[in-house]
Amino acid sequence: MTDRRTIKLTVNGLRHEREVETRLTLGDFLRRGLGLTGTHLGCEHGVCGACTVHLDGEAVRSCILFAVQADGAKVTTVEGLAKPDGTLHPIQQAFRDHHGLQCGFCTPGMLMTLAALLAENAKPTEREVREAISGNICRCTGYQGIVAAALDAAKAVAKGA
Amino acid sequence: MGARNVGAVVKRLEDPRLITGRGRYTDDIVLPGLLELAFVRSTEAHAGIKSIDLAAARALPGVVAVWTLADLGPAAQKPMVQSYPSPAIKQNITQHPLAKDEVCYVGEAIAVVVAENRYVAEDAAQLVAADYEPLPVVIDAREAVKPNAPQAHRGTQTNLAATVVWKFGDAAAAIAGAKHVFRETYFQHRGGPHSMEGRAVIAQHDRATDQLTLWSSTQSPFLVRRYLAQYLGREEAGIRVIAPDVGGGFGPKAGHYPEELVAALVAMKLGRPVKWAEDRREHFLTTTQQRDQWWEVEVACEPNGKVLGLRAKCTHDNGAYLPYGLLLPMTTVVPFPGAYAIPSVEVTLDVVFTNAVPNTPIRGAGRPNAAFILERTMDTVARNLKLDRAEVRRTNFVRKDQFPYETGARLPTGVTIQYDSGDYAGCLDMVMKSSGYAAFEQKRAQAAKEGRWIGLGLASYNEDTGLPPYEGATVKVLPSGRIAVELGSCSQGQGLETIAAQIAADQFDVDPQDVIVKTGDTAGPALALSTVGSRVASTAGPSVHVAASQVREKAIRLAAQQLEAAEQDLDITKGAVHIKGVLDRKVMLGDLAKRLVSGINVPLPPGFTPGLEATAYHTTQRPVYANGSNAAEVEVDIETGEVKLLNYWVAHDCGTLINPMLVEGQIVGGVVHGIGNALFEHMKYDRESGQPLTTNFGEYLLPLATEMPPIHCEHMETPSPVNPLGVKGAGEGGTIPGISCIVSAVEDALKPLGVKINEYPISPEQLLALIDEKRGGD
Repeated sequence: MTDRRTIKLTVNGLRHEREVETRLTLGDFLRRGLGLTGTHLGCEHGVCGACTVHLDGEAVRSCILFAVQADGAKVTTVEGLAKPDGTLHPIQQAFRDHHGLQCGFCTPGMLMTLAALLAENAKPTEREVREAISGNICRCTGYQGIVAAALDAAKAVAKGA
Repeated sequence: MGARNVGAVVKRLEDPRLITGRGRYTDDIVLPGLLELAFVRSTEAHAGIKSIDLAAARALPGVVAVWTLADLGPAAQKPMVQSYPSPAIKQNITQHPLAKDEVCYVGEAIAVVVAENRYVAEDAAQLVAADYEPLPVVIDAREAVKPNAPQAHRGTQTNLAATVVWKFGDAAAAIAGAKHVFRETYFQHRGGPHSMEGRAVIAQHDRATDQLTLWSSTQSPFLVRRYLAQYLGREEAGIRVIAPDVGGGFGPKAGHYPEELVAALVAMKLGRPVKWAEDRREHFLTTTQQRDQWWEVEVACEPNGKVLGLRAKCTHDNGAYLPYGLLLPMTTVVPFPGAYAIPSVEVTLDVVFTNAVPNTPIRGAGRPNAAFILERTMDTVARNLKLDRAEVRRTNFVRKDQFPYETGARLPTGVTIQYDSGDYAGCLDMVMKSSGYAAFEQKRAQAAKEGRWIGLGLASYNEDTGLPPYEGATVKVLPSGRIAVELGSCSQGQGLETIAAQIAADQFDVDPQDVIVKTGDTAGPALALSTVGSRVASTAGPSVHVAASQVREKAIRLAAQQLEAAEQDLDITKGAVHIKGVLDRKVMLGDLAKRLVSGINVPLPPGFTPGLEATAYHTTQRPVYANGSNAAEVEVDIETGEVKLLNYWVAHDCGTLINPMLVEGQIVGGVVHGIGNALFEHMKYDRESGQPLTTNFGEYLLPLATEMPPIHCEHMETPSPVNPLGVKGAGEGGTIPGISCIVSAVEDALKPLGVKINEYPISPEQLLALIDEKRGGD
C-alpha cells in the first residue's frame, strides 16, 4: 500500500542512494535512515525549527519536507557543520562561549538557521538575528545567549575564522 | 590549592556533544529488535467506553500487537501509584495505564499499538474504533464545586479531591480589627508544559536476567523506578532507569506516566524492546499542565501599608486526575507569606477535578501563583493608600536582621518554616537603581508627550529552594588520576555536569573540563530523588563537595604514609599530593588510587578501606531561601492592546554562585517563561465539550526571540548558612516573580486610565476591553 521511490542525495558530503516511502519526512530519513540523530523533531508541524537543516545551502524544516523532495540535493545537518578535521563552525564555538544552549534540543536547528543567516549576511544586526530565529523556539535560554552568540560569531566570520 | 572553580565562569562540559549533534536523547537510541508504540487516545473529554474494535488495526501488515488494558494482564488492572500520598487527599483518583471503562480527558490513552515502526503504528492507531457513551463534562473548577455540578468522574459525589486550610496567626482577627481591608479576586491560568523535547521512553526486558531497563526523558529516574517497582510488584534492584540527555523538563517530566508503565508491560510481554516518543499534539493533550486558579483575597493593613493579615480562598483546577497528590496545590499555599513578614495568613484551598489534562508542577510549581497574589496585594495596598509601591514592599519585607526568620507556619511534617538568610530590601534597592525607578515618573511624562504609554512593574519574591532531604554523590579518583563524579540526579539542561565538575575539581586542583561526570542512572552508587524545585545545585552540589572532601582527606592520609610527612603539611596541586611549598616531593593521585585497589595477596595499607572514592549525602531538614526583586518596563499601545517589552531588570540572591554564567542562564530563561505565562500562553478548552482548542504552536504561543526584551541581571550573594557551599537554587527564580512583574508593568502603563489587572495571561483583546471600559467611562 505504500508508495516507494529511489532517491539520490548528498548528506554532509556523503552520497546516498536509498529506496524510501514517499511519505517519509526528510527529518525521519536523516534520523532513522542515516542515523543522523543530531537533527531533532520538536513539533513536527513546521513551527519550532528544531529540525532545521540546509537543503542546497538554504535553511529548511526537515519535518515538513518529504525525503523525496531532497532527491538530487545537497543536505547539511548539524553533524556536518564543523570542518572535517573537527574545527567548529564559529556559530558552534560562540554558542559554547555565550551559553547559547541549555538542554540542547533546539540547538541543532538554531545553529543551522544562524549558519545560513551568517552565510548570506555576515554583519547582521541584533534585530536581524532575532528575526532570523523567530521561527526557532527555545524554552530554556530566553534567547539572550543565542543572540549574543550569533553576533559574536558574525565577528569571527568577518575575520575569516 | 590553585584557582577556585566554584564561582568562576566555566564553559559547560555538556556543550561539545550538544553543539555537534552527538547528544543522545531517548528517541535517538536504537536497540536491536526495537519495536515502536503508538497510543490510541480518547477523542472525548468524558465518556464511558462501550467497546473498542481492534480488528482492522491488528490486521495491518507490520503490526505486532494492539492491546487494551484487559490485554495487559492482571498486574495492570489497578490505577497508577499515587506519587505523593497524603492524609489530606479525600478522593485519590489516579488513572489506569490505559483507560479501563471510562475516559476523563481528551487524550487519555485507551489502547496501544506495537508495530515495526512509528509510521505503521500510527496508521494502525487510526484504525482503532471506540464506541463511547457520552458523560457530563466539567472544565471550569468554579462550576465543578457547585452543588449538583456535573461529575468529572462517573459515580463520585463531589469533584473535590481535597480541601486544605493553610494558616498561621489569626487572620480573621486581623481583618476584623484593621484600619483598612481590601478585597480583590484574581484568575491565574493553566498554561502548557512544552519542553522542546517531548516525553519519550524505551523499555527493554532481558528474560535471561529478568532485568527491566528503561531509558526515559525524565527528571526523576529514581522515582520512576520506585513507582514502576511498586506498580509491577518487582524489586527495585530488578529495574534500571536511565535519563540520557533530556531536552528540557520544567517539571512535567518529574512525574511518572502511563506510557512508561505500558512500555514496560509491553516489553515484558513481547520480550522485545519498545520505544515511544511523544509528538507535540500528544504533549498538548497528555503531558501534565499548569494550573487554573481562582482567588478571593482579603488583606488587612495599617495606614502605612503594613499588612497585618491575609485571608484567601483558592479554587485550584487539578484536571482529571491526581497523579502528584496535593504537591502542586500545596506549593501554592506553603510559600505564604513570601518575602513579607505578614503575621497572619489563612488560605483555604479547594483542589478540584475537572475533565482537563491533569496538572503537576511546572517551573515554580504553585510559587508563581502565590507570588502573583502577594505582589498584586502589595500593588493594591499601594494603589488604595496612595503609597509608593516600593515603599509598601519595604515596609513589609522580612528584614535583614530577622534571619533566621520563622514565619509561624509549619510544614505538614511538623517542621517549622524558617527563612535562612537574605537581604530582601537590598535586592529591591539594586533593581530600583538599575531600572531608574526614582526617575521613572519624568520618563513617563516625557513618553506621554510623545503619545506613548509606558509603565514600570515591580515584583519581589523569595523561594524555598533546595528542597530536603538529599541527592547523593560519588566521587572517585580513577587509576589514571582523573576525577570521576557519579550522580543519581539528572539534568535537563541546567548544566549539572559542569557544576559537579567545578565543585569536585576544587578539591584536587584539576581542570573541571577533565572531570568525568555521569548523571541520571539508577545503577550508580548514589541514591537520588528528583531534579525539581530548584533543588539539585543545593542538594547534590554539597554532596559532591562532601564526597570530594572525603576523597581528598583519604588521599592526603595515604600520601602522608608514603611521603613520611604529617597530613597537615600536605596539599594537592594539579592532581598531585605534595609537601606544602615543595612541589616535587609528591605522589600522584592516580598512584594512590591504584594502591587502594591493590591486588590479590597484596595487603592494603594499614587502616585503609579499598578504593580512593567516597559516596556522600549532604542531608537537610529545611529548604534554603533564595530571593530577589525584578522590574520591567513596557509600552502599551492603547489602540491595539499590544504590549511591547522594553527592558527587564533582575536583582537576585541565590547564595554562592557556583557558575555565574549558568545562573544567569537559568534566571533569563526563567524570566522568559514568566513572560510567556503573563502575555502569550493560553491553553484553551471548549467549555461545553471539554475539547482542547490550542493544540499546536500556531494556536498556542510560546515566547519568541523577536518579542523578548533585554534582560539585565545583577547578583547579590548571601551564602546560605545551612550548606557547606552556601548555595541556593536558581532554576525557578526568574519565573516566580516574572508573571507578577509584567502584569504590574502593564497595569502601571495604564495607571492614568485607572485600569486594574487581576488575571493572566493578558491578551491584546482583553487589554483593549479593559482600556475601552475606562475610556468609555471618561
